[in-house]
Amino acid sequence: MAAPFSWIKPEPHGIYIPPADCWVDPSRAVDNALVTHGHADHARGGHGQTVATPETLAIMELRYRTGAEDDAGEIPHKAVPIEYGETIRLKGGVDATYIPAGHVLGSAQILLEHAGERVIVTGDYKRRADPTCPPFEVTACDIFITEATFGLPVFEHPPIEEEMRKLLDRLAAHPDRCVLVGAYALGKAQRVIAELRAAGHHQPIYLHGAMEKMCRLYEEHGVDLGELRLVADAKKGDLRGAIVISPPSALNDRWSRRLPEPITAMASGWMRVRQRARQRNVELPLVISDHADWSELTRTIREVDAQENWITHGREDALLRWCQLHQRRAKALALVGYEDEDD
Amino acid sequence: MEEFAALIDALVYTRSRNEKLRLIAAYLQATPDPDRGWALAALSDGLDFPAVKSSTIRNLLKDRIDPVLWTLSRDFVGDTAETASLLWPAPQEPPSPPSVSETVELLSAMNRKSVVKELPKLLDRLDSSGRYALLKLATGGMRIGVSSRLAKTAFAQSFDVSVEDVEEYWHGLTPPYADLFAWAADGAAPPDIENLPTFRPFMLAHPLEETVVDLGDYAAEWKWDGIRVQLVRAGGETRLFSRSGDDISATFPELLGVLPMNAVLDGELLVRGNVQGGEAGGAASFNALQQRLGRKTVSKKMLKDYPAFVRLYDVLLLEGEDLRPLPWEQRRGRLEALASRLPASHFDISSVVEATDFEHLSQIREGSREDAIEGLMLKRKDSPYIAGRRVGYWYKWKRDPLLVDCVLMYAQRGSGKRSSFFSDYTFGCWDGDPDEGADLLPVGKAYSGFTDEELKKLDRHVRGNTVNRFGPVRETDKSLVFEVAFDSVHESKRHKSGLAMRFPRIHRIRWDKPPHEADRIEALRALIAD
Ligand SMILES: [Zn+2]
Ligand SMILES: [Zn+2]
Repeated sequence: MAAPFSWIKPEPHGIYIPPADCWVDPSRAVDNALVTHGHADHARGGHGQTVATPETLAIMELRYRTGAEDDAGEIPHKAVPIEYGETIRLKGGVDATYIPAGHVLGSAQILLEHAGERVIVTGDYKRRADPTCPPFEVTACDIFITEATFGLPVFEHPPIEEEMRKLLDRLAAHPDRCVLVGAYALGKAQRVIAELRAAGHHQPIYLHGAMEKMCRLYEEHGVDLGELRLVADAKKGDLRGAIVISPPSALNDRWSRRLPEPITAMASGWMRVRQRARQRNVELPLVISDHADWSELTRTIREVDAQENWITHGREDALLRWCQLHQRRAKALALVGYEDEDD
Repeated sequence: MEEFAALIDALVYTRSRNEKLRLIAAYLQATPDPDRGWALAALSDGLDFPAVKSSTIRNLLKDRIDPVLWTLSRDFVGDTAETASLLWPAPQEPPSPPSVSETVELLSAMNRKSVVKELPKLLDRLDSSGRYALLKLATGGMRIGVSSRLAKTAFAQSFDVSVEDVEEYWHGLTPPYADLFAWAADGAAPPDIENLPTFRPFMLAHPLEETVVDLGDYAAEWKWDGIRVQLVRAGGETRLFSRSGDDISATFPELLGVLPMNAVLDGELLVRGNVQGGEAGGAASFNALQQRLGRKTVSKKMLKDYPAFVRLYDVLLLEGEDLRPLPWEQRRGRLEALASRLPASHFDISSVVEATDFEHLSQIREGSREDAIEGLMLKRKDSPYIAGRRVGYWYKWKRDPLLVDCVLMYAQRGSGKRSSFFSDYTFGCWDGDPDEGADLLPVGKAYSGFTDEELKKLDRHVRGNTVNRFGPVRETDKSLVFEVAFDSVHESKRHKSGLAMRFPRIHRIRWDKPPHEADRIEALRALIAD
């Protein structure tokens, strides 16, 4: 019999499963990939075959044109859709089950089972309610491979209702200006819009051109975002008193000059730290994240109660320390190519 | 404290200078005395509570959370007060915030022992924003993008008085500035500082850069390599102030009994010697002066080995007369007349540099390195003495910097706005032939001279080329060359190389240059000026 868990190998470019010759969220192109969700540091283009939820595959198709034909008129990439709760048998007797991660549309934890051993790769996740995706499900396993993006005790995401209130109050206080919200184009933008609707804001919301397609994709997958318009089609007067959503990178660039005295806001977990907000010239920091904060990370590790925790991208040191202090076995994986999402 | 905390948070997130002025002015108008006076003090010069130090806060937190988690958090956030405000456990009771003046009272009453019990009580009365404001206030130096000048300008604007007047009175007053508010807000008589030995704001110079001036309109003086000081005598007392207005009288006791009349004088503090300008120059190097700086008490030997004197540049007030409105030329006349009444043991006058034209002056400047002088000052002959930096009146024309190629050795996270970047660099030169296995020895540290874009690239380089981590410090693989500019280099025990640079900054990043082609220690040693 093989040594325990010898079928799963953390490598610099992702988690490798030798019997299945398959990678989870590899940071370079491989033949067989299991992808947790559509963010660029987890989903890359160029794989031979990708197993992911239909939503994640649609996102990858939009971003990498993975459905494009080659010169011979064939589609070289093979997309293998898998629904939440469904299990797929890989080569070498490895089973993969996709479980909601509550991070963004289509995001999944991947439960891998082989020889009676269970390993979960979370990708990214959060524990808060999100109107755009089903919630994280706690699932028992032997090895829990968790992210640690906000793995420091200073990170505590406040209830999103408070942040929406801040945003709407500021908008109401400046009826001649607009509030420009920087939000990650996949997930954060749509969640902010959906939460604004839930908070009773039913005016049209204006989008930077780069947000449009992803919002449409969300709508096609049944997420109601209300009336959306493009900044490019609007007159300056229309934008007074309106909320405009753009990618974070557009907050301080030429593009924003067309807006009527924008109040610069940013929706991100990093906004918890004042200097982070200042670095981005943010006047209205909105602490909204699609990742687990410190208490969610530690609570999840407790609830999952795995024999061992492997910690991937983020602030591994601190979460590792917490595991030590609480007598939980843990190690940090040195994965490359994962970046702090603008989140 | 809630209003003050809200003001601090608003200021943190405000970019526009006008908006900052508006926010502070609105607070000062709406807040009663003495709260607003304490707030103004916190925003301008900062308040000092000896019992509360950054280390006090650190220790309080390390008693409450795991020290490793504290350190990791502090390194990430980059600011002790903010980290502590975020990590402080939420109190059981709903907050009952104290007023600003109650806060100041409580902080002032704390001593090293009681602070351990009393500061937590205060923290428990505040929410996260309040804790941040409290800790910033308690440790002085808010560092929230509001300069002392901006706070004073906001004060002036909110009560429609001139900021020059505010600056003039400022140093004669103490927080919570009751007299200042009575004058500005309630129309009382202006504060009387004539008989107080207080600091008057310096007139400062702009760098000359590309400008060419007409020597018909401008006079030239040497820019001596000491420290700019103001010597003030009033009300029977003499005090010596540094450029920032710090009272350094105790460090230079020999200068306190030698000014025979009431006056405010502007000059360069130097030590006797023959380095700057040679025998005739009469001044030792900056390094010699450095032996005297920063000391609380001075030994007889120090006084004998490094005798200090003031080389006069200007006279601001003389025997009750304010000379500042006069043109420089007239003040210069008064200064020359005055100099003859001062003891030559402790005073001389910075001579005017004669040149036939700008071209000639430029040649004289080239020689200033040999003379170990920092460069030249150009002063408009008709310029009044005005606080601060006004375009067109005074220029400084420093000699060109020295350059040497160094290799990046260590990088450290910056603070404040740069806390997420590795922005402080220690670099070294080769102690021999690198191809024969010589080591690098650190020769200096720089935090400036690069653009934000370059900073991002440097940060990436550090992260991608780390070979060792020591807390917030990363050791890199010694693969990147900096062309470092500096004003001079001196012997020093601070670095293993035995050398220390003055004002080092990154001049160019030599992404292209192989590290073994960087300079050797000998090359740097050859540039020592004294
Ligand atoms: Zn993600
Ligand atoms: Zn991620």
